[in-house]
Amino acid sequence: MSELVLPKINKETISKKEYIFKNLAKIINPENVLSHADEIKPYETDALAAYTQTPLAVVMPENTEEVSDILKFCHAEDIKVVPRGAGTGLSGGALPLNDAILLSLGKFNKIIEIDFKNKCVVTQPGVTNLGITHAVQHKNFYYAPDPSSQLACSIGGNVAENSGGVHSLKYGTTTNNILGIEIVMMDGTICRIGGKTLDQEGYDLMGLICGSEGLLGVITEVTVKILKNPQVVKAALIGFPSIEEGGNAATEIISSGIVPAGMEIMDKALIEATDNFSKAGYPRDAELLLIVELDGTESEVDELLKQVRSICEKNNCSSLKLSKNEKERLSFWAGRKAAFPACGALAPDYYCMDGSIPRGKLAEALLEIKRLSEKYKLPVANCFHAGDGNLHPLIMFDGSNKEELRKTEEFGAEILKTCVRLGGVITGEHGVGVEKRELMCEMFNNDDIQQQLDIKKSLDEKNLLNPGKVYPILRKCAEEGRIHVHRNEEKFPDLPRF
Amino acid sequence: MFTEMKKNSQIFQDSNNTYYPEDELQVSNVVKELYKKNQPTELIGTGTKNFIGNKIQSAKKLSLSKLAGIVEYLPHELYIKVKANTSLELVEKELEKNNQELAFEPIDFGFIESGKSNKGTIAGYLACNYAGSRRFKVGSVRDHILGFRGVNGKGDIIKSGGTVVKNVTGYDLSKIVAGSFGTLVALTEITLKVLPKKKLSNTITIHTENKKLITELFEKISSSSSEISGAVFIPDEPVDENYEHNKEMVFKFNDLKFKGSFLALRVEGDKISIDEKIKALTNELGLHKLNSTTLDVHQSTPFWKKINNLEIFKATKNNLLRAVIPPSKGNKLMKYMGNKYKYYVDWCGALYWIEVQAKKNNKIVEIKKMIEELEGYLTIIKTSKEFDYEETIFTVDDIRLLVSEKIKKSFDPKRIFNPGKMYRGI
Repeated sequence: MSELVLPKINKETISKKEYIFKNLAKIINPENVLSHADEIKPYETDALAAYTQTPLAVVMPENTEEVSDILKFCHAEDIKVVPRGAGTGLSGGALPLNDAILLSLGKFNKIIEIDFKNKCVVTQPGVTNLGITHAVQHKNFYYAPDPSSQLACSIGGNVAENSGGVHSLKYGTTTNNILGIEIVMMDGTICRIGGKTLDQEGYDLMGLICGSEGLLGVITEVTVKILKNPQVVKAALIGFPSIEEGGNAATEIISSGIVPAGMEIMDKALIEATDNFSKAGYPRDAELLLIVELDGTESEVDELLKQVRSICEKNNCSSLKLSKNEKERLSFWAGRKAAFPACGALAPDYYCMDGSIPRGKLAEALLEIKRLSEKYKLPVANCFHAGDGNLHPLIMFDGSNKEELRKTEEFGAEILKTCVRLGGVITGEHGVGVEKRELMCEMFNNDDIQQQLDIKKSLDEKNLLNPGKVYPILRKCAEEGRIHVHRNEEKFPDLPRF
Repeated sequence: MFTEMKKNSQIFQDSNNTYYPEDELQVSNVVKELYKKNQPTELIGTGTKNFIGNKIQSAKKLSLSKLAGIVEYLPHELYIKVKANTSLELVEKELEKNNQELAFEPIDFGFIESGKSNKGTIAGYLACNYAGSRRFKVGSVRDHILGFRGVNGKGDIIKSGGTVVKNVTGYDLSKIVAGSFGTLVALTEITLKVLPKKKLSNTITIHTENKKLITELFEKISSSSSEISGAVFIPDEPVDENYEHNKEMVFKFNDLKFKGSFLALRVEGDKISIDEKIKALTNELGLHKLNSTTLDVHQSTPFWKKINNLEIFKATKNNLLRAVIPPSKGNKLMKYMGNKYKYYVDWCGALYWIEVQAKKNNKIVEIKKMIEELEGYLTIIKTSKEFDYEETIFTVDDIRLLVSEKIKKSFDPKRIFNPGKMYRGI
């Protein structure tokens, strides 16, 4: 991607790196301090692979006290720290910095306690999202938020990003499904928030930390809520001859009072790509495909499916298939879950966007993306979490062509601006990271941003924890906590300001 | 500067030193002036929940009561945007027209305060973050806030969130504002998630005096896939005439034997699914072996209203405590309560409402210690006249207090808003 502006490198840190390595090796097992080029190479990027940076060193502490000691040392020595979970984030939130320690939570990979009585699991942050469900499924329980990377992404990363997923429409995102966390602040303070009780008293620090993208503290323990599997789950696969009709049907389903467990939309480009890839049996003649999943009791699900059918027929659906058994239901999802790899087979590169819009604007957004695709002459495939208006347009391009790269970024930014114009937001679940940093001003004005920066400054006064993420770096205030305009002149005058 | 002062002098201020700004800009102007003059100020809405928290010593009051009215209600988008001090009653009335509701079941604190309904404003519900019986199923007030606008302690107008449910753009400030008792932001506008109302509800009551069985039943209920949306236990102790009378008045239903302790659980949906759920529960909970009855929708709806109005403690002159614990510790706590305290259990075993007699303030310390041992937390919701304010109203540990102080400073550096309402120094 285009050149990324990162925080100014602290030359002093670079110059004393041998001293830093030596001290880190005293704090933790020296084997867990990686500083040779070959060892740290795999950590140069997260899932926003277009950006790479070499960290100063990678440290892999094994317990909370070690995390605390590392942070205390870095705080005292003014060394930046970038926390990292499984590195599956799509917005570059775990992108290393040349003068920063990359703090990997990879060794925090154990489930601490499974507590069926209190319906919760206490876990270290490096355990995968799906790992939690696997640990409780023998008693028919599961952990609800299910980001598509759930096989690999860590629960700590989920908390940092407030991850959602297909089922967040009914069951909420991470913030609605955690009971407690333990975090280590930049100065090494260990803070335990919540626990096995519902809600917490006082300021909802857990709610603040959740989705703060590693800027306020390092998550070292998470207590998640687990739910009993629903009695019955059924899905419908519905094809539509036009974008408008499919979009309107999705909107109508929600407004009729039905709360599906999941509701996904894919456009024609993606129907074909995923069907080729996973042989899911999707209706290839449809312009738009809707997958609706309902759960509850047998009769409840049947009744709701009847209503869904009637709404879809009213909106001229061209095909409608109900899952007859669990195997068929899973096959309906197989294509959707393969959406990203399927796009990978269509073009050398793809760029996954993540905006949210009001549900009623689905058709409008899809048509606008189609128009933009023609304008930029770049193919795009769309999959949406239709139930909650979360869009994932996938722009296909050739990364080796610099002009295409530039156009792709511009196209992506225009999609997100469209989301804001339609009453939505620039990121629904992937986070801001470095990717959408400069777009924050599309949503927030100066005072809004300043309040957020003040919170950051209150908990990390030296701005050492994951700097350069979430907040626009081209403002002086992003680094210093205030705005500085020199003689009324600004750098980069073409960038929107707040 | 002169223009600003002139603007503020136009904002109505009564003889009690209370400002009544009429819009967000006026709120911002007033706060800027308070900030400049370093004047601690009490934020007030309609005052229905003002009795919760520490008493505030402040020179000024800032009434936000004029910031009321629905800004935008889009039933098909499942949200309602209101000026922060819009009354809950108005919102509920509006939602009712579209068969929608606030799923977190707002508690009507009017009953414990004055014996009758007095619901207050949306900002008040967000500031307190106390949800009703459906909490363990659908989340708290904070889980239903999509975004807000407000004025921080420096007078800056700030916003966070939006109107969409999926949103991770920047810090989620709606959460930190929830339960902050007006110590961070003067709220001006709030966007709430709304949900379709369930068609019907039925309530199964199980009559038993066996506390161990109650804990077991709570555990089975929370493990059930029948989507139970309310589970309370009303004990038949201590033997107290007044309490008995209150209970009899509150739970006067044809199909409810009000003599003795009982557990009540609610199932919601259409008729067929309710029947299906009850059938499944009969099996799961072994209902045929227990002394149980079912309240139909005509009894079930008012039953849960009364629970959420805290009508058992109607107009109490005593101290009323709210304790939240991990549900598995319930057996221990119920044993401790014995017949010493009037209490009942909500949230499927996680929430205890406990009354402590006015002259027994020392007992509050003892209960608090017990709750902390059980890894829970306790809030003194209502205090008796004899209450000694040396005792802390909220539970907090040193580290969280330190972090909270920092957060407070980032919103309200001069401690203008509600100083001391929650903790000393905040």
